[in-house]
Amino acid sequence: MIRFDRVSVTYDGAASPVLRDVNLDIDEGELCLVIGHTGSGKSTLLGAVNGLVPHFTGGTLAGRVTVGGRDTARFRPRELADVAGGVGQDPQAGFVTDTVEEELAYTMEQLAVDPAAMRTRLEETLDLFGLAGLRQRALSALSGGQQQRVAIGAALTAHPRVLVLDEPTSALDPASAEDVLAAITRLVHDLGVTVMLAEHRLERVLPYADRAVYLPGDGTVTAGDPATVLARAQPGPPVAELGRLAGWEPLPLSVRDARRRAPALRARLPDPPPVVHHVSRNRPGASPAVDARGIVVRYGSLVAVRGASLALYPGEVTALMGRNGSGKSSLLWAIQGTGQRAAGTVQAGGTQAGGARPEGAQPEGAQPGGPATGGARADPAALAPAAARRLVGLVPQTPADLLYLDTVDAELSQADKDGRPGAGAGGAAGGAADGTPGDAAGARADGAPGGSRPSREILDEIAPGIRPDAHPRDLSAGQQLALVLAIQLTAAPAAILLDEPTRGLDYQAKAGLTAALDRLAGRGHAIAVATHDVEFAARSCDRVVVMAEGEIITDGPAAAVLTASPTFAPQVAKILAPLPYLTVPQIAAALGPVAAR
Amino acid sequence: MSPPAGWPGPLRAVSPPAVRLASAGAVSPPPVPPNSLRALGSGRLPRALHPVAWWLWAIALATAASRTSNPLLLLMIFAVLGFVVTMRRTEAPWARGYRFYLLMALTVIVIRVAFRVVFETGVNPGDHVLFALPRLPTPGWYSGVQIGGRVSLEAVLSAVLDGARLACLLCCIGAANTLANPKRALRVLPGALYELGTAVTVALSVAPQLVESVQRVRRARRLRGGGGRGPRALRAIAVPVLHDALERSLRLAAAMDARGYGRTGPATRASRRLTALLMLGGLAGLCLGAYGLLGAGAPAGVGLGGFAAGAALCLGALVLGGRRVSRSRYRPDPWRWPEWAVVGSGAVSAIVLSLGAGYDPAALNPSLYPLSWPALPVLPALAILVAALAAVAAPPPPAGPGRPGPEEAPVPAPQPAVAALPGATR
Repeated sequence: MIRFDRVSVTYDGAASPVLRDVNLDIDEGELCLVIGHTGSGKSTLLGAVNGLVPHFTGGTLAGRVTVGGRDTARFRPRELADVAGGVGQDPQAGFVTDTVEEELAYTMEQLAVDPAAMRTRLEETLDLFGLAGLRQRALSALSGGQQQRVAIGAALTAHPRVLVLDEPTSALDPASAEDVLAAITRLVHDLGVTVMLAEHRLERVLPYADRAVYLPGDGTVTAGDPATVLARAQPGPPVAELGRLAGWEPLPLSVRDARRRAPALRARLPDPPPVVHHVSRNRPGASPAVDARGIVVRYGSLVAVRGASLALYPGEVTALMGRNGSGKSSLLWAIQGTGQRAAGTVQAGGTQAGGARPEGAQPEGAQPGGPATGGARADPAALAPAAARRLVGLVPQTPADLLYLDTVDAELSQADKDGRPGAGAGGAAGGAADGTPGDAAGARADGAPGGSRPSREILDEIAPGIRPDAHPRDLSAGQQLALVLAIQLTAAPAAILLDEPTRGLDYQAKAGLTAALDRLAGRGHAIAVATHDVEFAARSCDRVVVMAEGEIITDGPAAAVLTASPTFAPQVAKILAPLPYLTVPQIAAALGPVAAR
Repeated sequence: MSPPAGWPGPLRAVSPPAVRLASAGAVSPPPVPPNSLRALGSGRLPRALHPVAWWLWAIALATAASRTSNPLLLLMIFAVLGFVVTMRRTEAPWARGYRFYLLMALTVIVIRVAFRVVFETGVNPGDHVLFALPRLPTPGWYSGVQIGGRVSLEAVLSAVLDGARLACLLCCIGAANTLANPKRALRVLPGALYELGTAVTVALSVAPQLVESVQRVRRARRLRGGGGRGPRALRAIAVPVLHDALERSLRLAAAMDARGYGRTGPATRASRRLTALLMLGGLAGLCLGAYGLLGAGAPAGVGLGGFAAGAALCLGALVLGGRRVSRSRYRPDPWRWPEWAVVGSGAVSAIVLSLGAGYDPAALNPSLYPLSWPALPVLPALAILVAALAAVAAPPPPAGPGRPGPEEAPVPAPQPAVAALPGATR
């Protein structure tokens, strides 16, 4: 169905090709999973299938790509629309019309499908994707999962034989992602559509894949049976990592596979686990860095947060979980003080435990760059923005919103300027600026301006190797996140909040983020992360807070919360239940050096 | 794809009992064969009336309104508009705007009267003077306009009537906008102008996204400690927003390309050139025609001829251009007898008021001298009432899109089974 014959793609101005001599043959009706890090050429490979590479993106394509017998070099994307449909990561960006029905009909209208046939196909598609009740809804009023289903449905109404999906679930919460994946598998099973799918969170898709294509990042491509390909792809989903650790052949792809082989492993594992899933940097007895009580956020008649109380402690990493729209973001923004808050109090700032532990006595507390200690506590909402960010820093869902300069270096030096106490437009205007932690930190003995290290140093620690002259917009999602995190850390806030940082990150970037958060916790920052990613929460967090309908419904140690419910259980916990293991490294440590391979 | 089991098949229009015809009142010939009776019935099932029908109806009423300054007739037109809008508007966002048109109409009248009161226009000997405003002295070179002075009832009334007529036209447009989905109206554009419709649709959806983007970035800027004003803030907000907009438009363009937008049909270079030539010629003809019709010096023949030739050329270009566009239309609005009835009911009032036959034409524009209660001419009044039949002739609008369907029953949420763990919270 899809054939790559010695294909190389080189973008204009690039030194080396993104794809090099790729030979690939994908049969009809296969679900083909494309695996690889960010920047390894996944999108290029997918774009080459529906002709967007090189017709739309530019660059040079050598070799030959044929889809359903048509050579993409000779047919432009619009002329391939009836054989290959494509859907991107952000469905909303591709919507041309504004109601569900019209959007589904759009492709067919372009292809001049007969009106009667159009009507039948549209009704079928509505049923296939469970959209019948939404047919006249405005697209902007749909949830992310519904939008993605509409986008896939709209590509499908043209009856393409190939469907190319570039990270269709990366922006969705687990439940919506399941809906979309269920719709995709239905396509493959019932309709025989060939689907090429790129996805970061392999654990969701892997069980359904017929074939995997792995791009290691050097331009080459390995294709084959998912289990065999996965054995070479590092790092993989936890189930594969566990299989590798336990030496299972072939690698299990689903929790079900793994669980059937798990009894022997379970027998060898001690209960309780000898090491915890995540080493807590929490200091007992410390007073909270952020103490929010009875927070209410409402937008008109919609109550986003209903009286939630949350205390964040220095050195503790807290995961904030819950489905889309459960109020996670609103709570974080309200705590930071920039978001609106209808009721409730927030006290944030210097940890009062300072008296009990003199500077320098703590192994890590006195490191420069840690949060300012001993300052007065204040409500960040009552301060000017420049002062509020010294108490609580927030990394928004789209970190790029904060970046406006031309190079990474310019952003960093701007951040250093802003990070100095009294700097920034609002710094002097802060009514309660006297006695803020920033001032207190300035008086500290370490001599660094504002107690903050140069942002370049912070960035190199979080994500080494970002070129100073790179344009911030050219960085990968993970690098942008690191850059914004570094910028926010120059203010040395007592608490750092991250809103959905794992969106669109690959395994490598996520591991990097985990390490960075761990180091920050070690420096005494209180950290809260809103996330849908259970595996990330299991690896990085000490405590899990679950929200639903604006209320906090669960708040407890990660090990307890994550093993207690199937929805929030990581794969390892599902495989090894009832043993309370959460992560693969934990098992590796438990098995000891002998058992590890 | 094969239809899933249990698929009921294309929706078929079910004919309602013939009794409904009686209530339609528009056409009721008794010996109608059952087939056409069914067709009549299915035409009135709840659906959106063809947008062009509403526009023609509104334009006809506007024509009627422009012919008269009889307050009774104008009031009747207002009443008809209000009645039809209330009966046949949908729940859609664009249909909630009639109130604003009414407000705008009221403003027009108020402004008109205020100007007439402030700028004196002279009082005739027999006028009823209401009050006098202090007169502002104006310099000699400005003597054409006088500010302040005596205000007569006649002047105020004529201002009210003038304003009311303008307000009536405004409300006609408002009614058309309220009753017809503006985007569906764009869909009736000929194939060659399809791109225009797409551009408008995309622009309409981009505007709110841009606003959202600006709000998001402004909010995010506070996170870096920046304020919302000044040149630095402008850059910090504009750069991410523009990046965002540019990326989004590129993705939209890619998506549209991948979905077959702009697939060209079998068009040769010659036919494309011919289309362009026809279009240019047609536009030139229209310009010439407009000049001839409006300019005093040109003979009337040049105007009419140029206009006709220009229109014909443009039409030819559209047809030719439309032929090479191979595209079909999803669920085009049908044009059935209710559309004819609606257009006809409007046309009756326009024709009766324009012809001025069968009644005293002077009754359309009653004189304010001497001041008297205006007479209501019977035929025009009846004609305007006929326009109200549109409310009955048009099928009821479909149920609003906001109505939750069975699919939208709240999905059982994945509630974590963990109750508050004892000792878990601090």
